[in-house]
Amino acid sequence: MIALSEARVGQSGVVERIELAEDVSHHLAHLGFLPGAGVEVLRRAPAGDPTVYRIDGVDVGLRNETARHILIQLSELSKGSSPVEAAAR
Amino acid sequence: MSSCCAPAVLELPPAPPPGAKRALRTVALIGPPNAGKSTLFNRLTGLRQKTANYPGVTVDHHSGRMKGIGRPDLTLIDLPGIYSLATYSEDARVAVDVLTGRMPGVPPPDVVLLVLDSVHMNRQLMLAQNVFSLGLPTMVLLNMADQLEAQGGKIDPLLLSHELGHPVALISAKRGTGMELVSSYLHQFGHEEVDGAQPLRLPVLQSPAASRKWASQVTTRTNYRAPEAAIWTRRLDSVLLHRIWGPLIFLAVVVAVFQVVFSIGQPLSDGLGKVLTGAGAHVATLLPDNWLRALLLDGLWNGVQSVLVFLPQILLLFLFIGILEDSGYLARAALIADRTMRAIGLNGKSFIPLLSAYACAVPAIMATRTIENKRERLATILVAPFMTCSARLPVYTLIIAAFVPDRHLIGHFFGLRASVMLGLYALGFLAALVTARMLNSSVLKAQPAPFILELPQYRWPTPRSLSLRLYDRGKLFLKKAGTIILACTFVVWVLSVLPVHGSHFSTLTDSVIGHLGHWIEPVIHPLGFNWKIGIGLLSSIVAREVIVGTLGTLYGVDPETHSQGLQMALRHDMTLAGAIALVVFFAFAMQCTSTLAVVRRETNSWKLPALQFFYMTGVAYVAALITFQVLSRIL
Repeated sequence: MIALSEARVGQSGVVERIELAEDVSHHLAHLGFLPGAGVEVLRRAPAGDPTVYRIDGVDVGLRNETARHILIQLSELSKGSSPVEAAAR
Repeated sequence: MSSCCAPAVLELPPAPPPGAKRALRTVALIGPPNAGKSTLFNRLTGLRQKTANYPGVTVDHHSGRMKGIGRPDLTLIDLPGIYSLATYSEDARVAVDVLTGRMPGVPPPDVVLLVLDSVHMNRQLMLAQNVFSLGLPTMVLLNMADQLEAQGGKIDPLLLSHELGHPVALISAKRGTGMELVSSYLHQFGHEEVDGAQPLRLPVLQSPAASRKWASQVTTRTNYRAPEAAIWTRRLDSVLLHRIWGPLIFLAVVVAVFQVVFSIGQPLSDGLGKVLTGAGAHVATLLPDNWLRALLLDGLWNGVQSVLVFLPQILLLFLFIGILEDSGYLARAALIADRTMRAIGLNGKSFIPLLSAYACAVPAIMATRTIENKRERLATILVAPFMTCSARLPVYTLIIAAFVPDRHLIGHFFGLRASVMLGLYALGFLAALVTARMLNSSVLKAQPAPFILELPQYRWPTPRSLSLRLYDRGKLFLKKAGTIILACTFVVWVLSVLPVHGSHFSTLTDSVIGHLGHWIEPVIHPLGFNWKIGIGLLSSIVAREVIVGTLGTLYGVDPETHSQGLQMALRHDMTLAGAIALVVFFAFAMQCTSTLAVVRRETNSWKLPALQFFYMTGVAYVAALITFQVLSRIL
């Protein structure tokens, strides 16, 4: 399990847990950020942050400081290329 | 309704007497942000409310008669776009208050129209569950059904209606299809009369996860197929949000807007000026040479026409803002700008209200309601009037056209005038940044609220929506010229000819306004302004562009400058340093009674508007003083 902010562009995974204040996680939930939902890292803004994620057919921009608190399980396909997983091995 | 959301009902105390019957009167329109709600509202009412391709445009509850479908007896209330009825934000609180009949001055709705974006059903249905639990008769309108099918999606309204226990209709608010279904749904109440004894309920809210689960069960059972991802949006984003191209295109777009406002707008405006002056001179020959002619031509016409000539530039500016908003580019601009906004302690969400403050601070201040964090909201309200609103445009254009030579800077593309204008816009933005920074490190030390921005798909701006927008803006501008500006120029003219000596008017210097002007001159002299400019500044406390009308009248009354145009008269009467100091003053000063009134309303106190007025005017005075003192020594 890694933080969403650590996933690289092109990788995708499944949301496991969201550790944010209630009002924030409530807002995110209505955009589709709920445990079990598939999420893909689309692209970073020109300054490197925020990042655009695709969740449930919608593009949502989040700052890394927010995405850091969304924990995901990388999907099998993109697992090998994650820097975190590689370091763990 | 499906069994998983059987609501436990809370009844509110002020229930109407049992058995009371009354006719259907009020319909509420609700939906998530970006579901096309405002477009539908305009369709149903025949009104033209601002719509835009980004969330948070509808910030207040608006209402209108449903003339668009031939039911002027019904009132339609448009509610803010919200994801759920959980009251975390001001928007949701407004919606819940209206729906439960607790909003003072708004009748409780008898029927609810729930509009959902059929392209994203899983998400949109979460709100449906909240709304159904209110127990009001509800019709579900699946908007953008045409787009869904074009992108290979599928939806079955009959199955869905069966599943939800509420009538469902496919519509396209943009094209106006499906409106007859809404009409016939409402028609059935016309005869039956709704039950007045119906208790108003508070919504029953499930956890988002439960709500979501229900939504996906519903879509699965009704064979919903989500559309393919929009390829064009992705392709465009890979360029428009590109590391290098993204910011470059963003800058190029901004520069191009200003360049066009000048290179196309200025000749149009000059042409309009010639026509208006000619028309005035023609009418004057028909009038006897007495005080009436002096009043109409020198006083009113000179004043009002000097403001009217800016119509082409204002319309061009709004055409561009309209294209950027409707196409969906604005949300991308917010994403690009977020890093900069954060550096000064503002949220990317503040960016959208601040951007709309470029048109006018009043709607921008209302749009701050989408910012959940109270301190950040106040900070945004405080800095919004620094953004260069369209009322500053006539002042800037007048001074620039009078004092800045029409030279090209880089090849033939970018002119000196456009770059001076761009500089003034940057100056206002800078003042906003510095103020926000100051607030952030002192009074309004806020916990940063998260930046969550939905990027809508790119859409073609429709000629209909663009022309409606321009029509509204043009009407507003002409109305202002015909009321506030006309009234101000009338007062200025009367004061400039009083007192009457025998049968002669006073000369300008001996008039009431001349005395007033000379009396305040010591205060503004260090800024390089003469007393006429001083009178202009005083009158512009009402609204910024009034100064142009006032100066038009004053220079029109003065025999020395009578025959010259306003630009010429100013060039003879002011130094370049003074002119620059004047635009600098306007970049910072708080001269707008409507803005002060809306800040008072939104914050519910006079403290903030008073602080804003004195702070901004103080900054303006000091900045203009420094500008003139420095420039008059080096120029």
